[in-house]
Amino acid sequence: MAEYSALSLLKNALTGNCDWKPAWRKPDPKPAYDVIIVGGGGHGLATACYLAAEHGITNVAVLEKGWLGSGNIGRNTTIVRSNYLLPESIRFYDFSVKLWENLSHELNYNVMFSQRGVLNLAHNPAQADAYIRRGNAMRHGGGDADWLTREQIARKVPGLDLSGTARFPVVGGLLQKRAGTARHDAVAWGYARGADRRGVDIIENCEVTGFLRDGDRIIGVSTSRGDIRAKKVGVAVAGSTSRVLNLAGIGQFPIESHVLQAFVSEALKPFVDCVVTFGGGHLYMSQSDKGGLVFGGSLDYYNSYAQRGNLPTVEDVMSEICAMFPSVARLRLLRSWGGVMDMSMDGAPIITKGPLPGMYLNCGWCYGGFKATPASGYSFAWTIAKDEPHAINAPYTLSRFERGAAIDETGHGPTPKLH
Amino acid sequence: MLISCPHCGPRDLAEFSYQGDATRTRPEPASTDTKAWHDYVYTRPNPAGPHHEYWQHAGGCRAHLLIVRDTLSHEIHSVALARSANASGARA
Repeated sequence: MAEYSALSLLKNALTGNCDWKPAWRKPDPKPAYDVIIVGGGGHGLATACYLAAEHGITNVAVLEKGWLGSGNIGRNTTIVRSNYLLPESIRFYDFSVKLWENLSHELNYNVMFSQRGVLNLAHNPAQADAYIRRGNAMRHGGGDADWLTREQIARKVPGLDLSGTARFPVVGGLLQKRAGTARHDAVAWGYARGADRRGVDIIENCEVTGFLRDGDRIIGVSTSRGDIRAKKVGVAVAGSTSRVLNLAGIGQFPIESHVLQAFVSEALKPFVDCVVTFGGGHLYMSQSDKGGLVFGGSLDYYNSYAQRGNLPTVEDVMSEICAMFPSVARLRLLRSWGGVMDMSMDGAPIITKGPLPGMYLNCGWCYGGFKATPASGYSFAWTIAKDEPHAINAPYTLSRFERGAAIDETGHGPTPKLH
Repeated sequence: MLISCPHCGPRDLAEFSYQGDATRTRPEPASTDTKAWHDYVYTRPNPAGPHHEYWQHAGGCRAHLLIVRDTLSHEIHSVALARSANASGARA
């Protein structure tokens, strides 16, 4: 098993880096497990890790269609924050930030969580009022939030266009200091190693092609590597949720899959040391440790399972970052990519037992799943192990829509593309 | 993505506004069947493949369109005026 230390780095540097051991095994699937997690992304791996670490359930398999970390855990803009308005969201995401703060230590794996702060810019008095209200809600919920004036923002983020003649003049901003960024791939690898060393089988290139049933009850899955039985099957497949549930005979579900694009520029010297979001449109950006500006905007606004988007959204995002930071107009883009988002009907996730007996479901992350990874895994593992939700995921049921208890942070209603 | 508007010819995606899944059936307004309303408002088939969906040529002739588009490849199979497509029962 791979262990990393200053000594091992030095030793392997001297021997040409030929002796590193894989961080997790490549086991063949066993005929049966206590728990199967479908989906080897961040949430699935975190769930497996917490099942083993918190609940002592180690006879677990994580089934991944592609390779580990090939989905949204490896293609996001790495932002971690809990600047929400509604009490359910504040409770859940603050819990997540607290797990993030200790994650490198817990996993003994450096996830490079950097609490560099997230600054939401407000461009008119109404937006400022809304942000201040949100900041008050965050403080009321036990979190942190600071309102910055334009002068304070000028000192904190020197490159911003703060002139009165800007198309969207900045009037202030809401700063969450405990928020920040993390190394997304390391989160997948850290949780994978943590799960593997506790006995969890991580099985890559193993696509679920159907569910094994005993009447209504799910008793396992058929896969491209044979049938595997399990007492409990957890599904954490993000943008593929509808496709996987189709295999279980569920044809209609409160999820739409949409494509979200993200971008990285060529590397710059240190330019901006926090995450900044633009309130005149929808844009969030930060600078990676390698120097590239990492940023994204809104969805492409149409249903899609293609992991690529179209140019109008690219143009829109570029015009926004140039409005915010005029000096980046001549920067070149290094990469852009798209990911498939599981957009729910109210913008909030679903972490629940069901919808069929023996099945457990974790989905609806819209485009905020990365920051939720630890809390999602923690509460999903809790739900699977105890057959009841943890306090933080109790509101995130599937039945909330028919009960009129939607958790609609932005107030957009059942219009998934707008969440 | 280019969309061939029946009135305006092939136009850039930026001119169109997406209106979502076209296969949902709204219950009769007087219906008190909460399951039917829940299914209409909240659930979607969300297929990976051909998807029947409404668009509006908001930056052009403003016509509402019924489009069949592949969500895996973004290939557009057919474009029709929503009004005539619905009248002729071509809706999925």
